[in-house]
Amino acid sequence: MAAAITVRQVTKSYGGGTAAVQALGQVSLEVAAGEILVMMGPSGSGKTTLLSIMGVILRPSSGTVLVAGHDVTALPERELPGVRLRHIGFVFQGFNLFPALTAAENVAIALDLRGERRPAALTRAKDALASVGLGDKADALPANLSGGQKQRVAIARALVGDPTIILADEPTAALDSHSGKLVMDLITRLAREQQRAVVIVTHDNRTLGYADRIVHIEDGRLREDDARARGRAEAGPGPISGRPTREWDLVPFPA
Amino acid sequence: MLALRNLLHDRVRFIVTLVGIVFSVVLSAVQLGLFLGFTRATADVIEQSEADLWVVSRGVTHLESGVPFSESLRHLALGVEGVADAQAHIVSFGTWTRPDGAREGVMVVGVERDGAMGQPWNLVAGTARDLGRPDAVIIDELYKDKLGVTHLGQPVELRDRRARVVGFTRGIRTFTTAPAVFTSLANARTFTGLRTDQALYLLITAKPGADLARLSEALTHRLPDVEVRTTADWSATQRNYWMFGTGAGISVLIAAALGLLVGVVVVAQTIYAATVDHIREYGTLKAMGATNGYIYRVIIRQSAISGVIGYGFAMVIAAFVSRASQAGTTAILLPWTLAASLFVLTIAMCISASVVSINKVTRLDPAMVFKG
Repeated sequence: MAAAITVRQVTKSYGGGTAAVQALGQVSLEVAAGEILVMMGPSGSGKTTLLSIMGVILRPSSGTVLVAGHDVTALPERELPGVRLRHIGFVFQGFNLFPALTAAENVAIALDLRGERRPAALTRAKDALASVGLGDKADALPANLSGGQKQRVAIARALVGDPTIILADEPTAALDSHSGKLVMDLITRLAREQQRAVVIVTHDNRTLGYADRIVHIEDGRLREDDARARGRAEAGPGPISGRPTREWDLVPFPA
Repeated sequence: MLALRNLLHDRVRFIVTLVGIVFSVVLSAVQLGLFLGFTRATADVIEQSEADLWVVSRGVTHLESGVPFSESLRHLALGVEGVADAQAHIVSFGTWTRPDGAREGVMVVGVERDGAMGQPWNLVAGTARDLGRPDAVIIDELYKDKLGVTHLGQPVELRDRRARVVGFTRGIRTFTTAPAVFTSLANARTFTGLRTDQALYLLITAKPGADLARLSEALTHRLPDVEVRTTADWSATQRNYWMFGTGAGISVLIAAALGLLVGVVVVAQTIYAATVDHIREYGTLKAMGATNGYIYRVIIRQSAISGVIGYGFAMVIAAFVSRASQAGTTAILLPWTLAASLFVLTIAMCISASVVSINKVTRLDPAMVFKG
């Protein structure tokens, strides 16, 4: 499969001189279309820095980042928002919905950024909400949605612009076990059906069963590329995506 | 979409913003309206004179400081080619004694009987021809209380001479607080202490088609020790003297500017607070691929929407105040040109108030969205 995103020999340092702190050292990684990669590691290990670099939000100190085959490392600052807009969808731990907008408007804003006209954007947004099982919540404000519903709205927002890459930062951290499972099932299904590359940063072991590949990051270096998960991915579809039962089902979230 | 929704979502802050804008715009509108009202009042007697030219003693700086010259100049003026009519005119301070004995300063305006220039206007009782009656004076009804006048025909006292009110005008205000008292030339001389052959001004009507600049030159050449001013020029001199020469106008303009400044500060503070509150949302937008320009537009729209709504409320209040002021001696004028200018100023004020917020968002690191 072609790599949706490629990170080559990337380093990132903060500060300068003797106070410089290296957050990432010589990290290389590829994520293919349709692949789900779970990235794990302790706090301060460099997960968020790597996710920011893969999301073209942060520039590496050295190395190369290719998005959909294009080197974005040398692009001028003004062109980076366009790369994010066309290729990358974000799902955040805290949902990051706009509290003043309805669910449909929250999704439509991703299309508004692309210059799509409001009526058409709202229609597409409602379709996207329906695809995440929230067709009846289009007019609800975020304050009136549960945590799981908010995250599904955020997923609809991340997907509505048809990006090639989904970057999810702790997408289940703020959810109960039922909602967390729903969200992970949804991410998995949409990744498979729509052939999107998905990178999930998490501390949550229960997401591991959804991974095609698991990488561990510690002290700014990738320590492991989990062959077991890769083997599982090759084993076939699970309960929602058509795969066998996974760790999520085996180790439920505490109530 | 986001701009309006953000505003309406936090209604308390929105109301605070609107109150700030309304306060600012009303204050500015009232101050600028006062400025226009004062400006008109300073020169109304000149602009309503229907004269083409004013002959003024050399060196006179404003209407109330006229220096007397011989009325015989009128005959010289009438002899100048291009002059259709020339009338003597007097505008000078006098002292009015109220029925209760209190004294008030007045501006005596002496006009020629049956003349076509310098006559009282907006008469609501009596006629200009009534000034031909002995001791007749016409005052403005706005100053009846100030002058102790209750009815037509009331005998009054001017410079210890008897006079009688034969008419009322409506809306002839003066900047100096000394009410205009129209009377005949002869009475005016008596009330102001001029000699019977003296006048302070000549009002000139040019013949149709006459070139005013050339006529002015001819009159200046023909008449000794005078300046000849067009009505527009003399009016501008008078306005500038009172509004800027005395500092009165500057203080009003400063108050108007302060009003706008208060508006800028209030709007800037509330928009900034709103921006800080929504900073995570702006970070999310940036991460999603929004350009700085997109976010600027959201912030500027918030300010502009606040400005338009605040302006609307403010104009309703200002119009009410302006209308109410018409019953008093100090008019607050709100012509459409001022209203339109204030609209532009309000929007400019609100948008400039967004600059601090825009600066905040410009420096926003979209990676913040991953921080918890």
